[in-house]
Amino acid sequence: MGISRRGFLKVAGLSALMAALGKSGFELLRPGQVEASIPLTKGKRWAMAIDMRKVTPEIIEECKKSCHHYHNVPEFDNPKVEIKWIWGEEFEHAFPDQQHEYVSDLIKSLEFPLLCNHCSNPPCCRVCPTGATWQREDGIVMMDWHRCIGCRFCMAGCPYGSRSFNWGDPRKAPKELNPGFPTNPEFPTREVGVVEKCTFCNERLAKGQLPICVETANKIEKDSFIFGDLSDPDSNVRKALRKHYSIRRKTELGTHPNIYYIVA
Amino acid sequence: MLDRALKGSSRYWGWLIFLLILMGIGFVLWLYQFKVGLKITGMSRDVSWGFYIAQFTYLVGVAASGVMVVLPYYLHDYKAFGRMTVLGEFMAIAAVLMCLLFIMVDLGRLPRLVNVIMYPHPKSILFWDMIVLNGYLLLNILVGWNALAAERKGIHYRTWVKVLAYISIPWAFSIHTVTAFLYAGLPGRHFWLTAIMAPRFLASAFCSGPAILLLICFIIRKLTKFDPGKEQMRTLGSIIAYAFILNIFFFLMELFTSFYSQIPAHMDSLIYLFRGLDGYGRLAPWMWTFVFFSIVALILLIVPYTRRKEDTLVVAAACVVIATWIDKGLGLIIGGFVPNPFERVFEYWPTVPEVLISVGVWATGFFVLTVLFKIAVSIKEEVAA
Repeated sequence: MGISRRGFLKVAGLSALMAALGKSGFELLRPGQVEASIPLTKGKRWAMAIDMRKVTPEIIEECKKSCHHYHNVPEFDNPKVEIKWIWGEEFEHAFPDQQHEYVSDLIKSLEFPLLCNHCSNPPCCRVCPTGATWQREDGIVMMDWHRCIGCRFCMAGCPYGSRSFNWGDPRKAPKELNPGFPTNPEFPTREVGVVEKCTFCNERLAKGQLPICVETANKIEKDSFIFGDLSDPDSNVRKALRKHYSIRRKTELGTHPNIYYIVA
Repeated sequence: MLDRALKGSSRYWGWLIFLLILMGIGFVLWLYQFKVGLKITGMSRDVSWGFYIAQFTYLVGVAASGVMVVLPYYLHDYKAFGRMTVLGEFMAIAAVLMCLLFIMVDLGRLPRLVNVIMYPHPKSILFWDMIVLNGYLLLNILVGWNALAAERKGIHYRTWVKVLAYISIPWAFSIHTVTAFLYAGLPGRHFWLTAIMAPRFLASAFCSGPAILLLICFIIRKLTKFDPGKEQMRTLGSIIAYAFILNIFFFLMELFTSFYSQIPAHMDSLIYLFRGLDGYGRLAPWMWTFVFFSIVALILLIVPYTRRKEDTLVVAAACVVIATWIDKGLGLIIGGFVPNPFERVFEYWPTVPEVLISVGVWATGFFVLTVLFKIAVSIKEEVAA
């Protein structure tokens, strides 16, 4: 009797374990489809030079509006759960390592547009356990929202605070703050529990269009956002960087950010 | 052997039912969290890991500390620990189970967990953490179970069990080293970016785990006929003393590097933790509680009289558990996220559902621990009789 009960308990335990494992295997058959369908663009190292002599808080606000509208980023009006792909930040907070007491009034008055830096050496991709965030051949740091398990290691890894997590269901964001959500039926909405961020508008690049923020900003102030291929010495980005003095965020960390801020 | 878990006193069953109730509450709240998302926790865009991951980190240490009774027995042939090795191994099993559960409740999309295996990325430390934790769980199940089965039959355990026990020794060090690497390799998280993170983790593990084991041994002696032994507990006391002194020493080294170098980014998290930053200092009372219990523990552990005397040793062990838990289960993870990458302070505090889900996980661990210890103690009582 002792043996059989012992045997029974072993079998019961094992079958419970198998059932639990089998169930969780369910959702795994589908991911990985998304990135395969995206054609790579011709650029080798996409980058952005933002001309801070031209950028105003209004431009940033418009960029944020158009980007979030285009990518179905919901508004929560709550910093705890907010999701942002591009936003404005004062010099002191955008460049905390370069802040000092006597920084010029002009710099102090500026608002810097912040977004994913699409680093050449991205720590987020290094730490991701599933490859749900990875670097494309053209340098874009991409996200596969169908593969992300929501561990948020990338958020701990990103030194720029560029990543947002869907703490709640974005599709259930407050209606009064999000009239007509999803605002762009062409772009996927995300589900609860995945990380998201700026993708440099990879799907627009594939169609030969500029990222939506670049388009929006340049409509208001020509050449305020300069987007191009850093590997091409004759690209507009390279020309702008050759001519003007630019800074990048937290360069000492060796991540090689690809967003340049022209300040003089 | 499992049948030993089915025969017990009413106190045993009452305790298990109490744990089951806590597990049930935690599970229902977890279902709610699974439905609406992690917004029911206190975590935010800025503090993106919280109580769950902090408990995970603490418990990896408890799991690793099983080696502190395994190593002297198998490696140094310290026979006295023969009685206790299985307790260390079973505690490790319960602790690793809790670790895995804490990771699972923290995930945004749990059903995709197997993506870690389907799309393995060895560059990610999390991938290695999965390997070492599951490997350690398996090793402890195999070694603990088979050594106990041999003891029941009155025979010597097989050679392969001993081989696995040897393997489990460096493996125990690996689980906490790899867990430290989760944090210690992130650019821009200055509080964590320290080469002594892994040694510090190991030191705090090797005092907190044995301290918990010591407390459990006292309870076992009170409630059962099995005596883990006076000498054994005294040796545990020495292990706790050395490891805790080392733990505090490492912590002071962190303070020196930060405050002598005067590099703001290295000081900020510590200032936030102990004094508060920009007017926010929710953790300060906790950190000073950590300091208080650390000092009490240090005194009780260093003075030979109080270390050898059993009732003061129990107090010391309790102080060690409280101090290390605050240090690792609260301060270390939250402190790493404050201030945020924009040098702003955004505070975190766990919500009630978050704490109850965590209590549910702890209850699950204690349930497993109780059942395993019940089996082990019953067999040891039978063998002795």
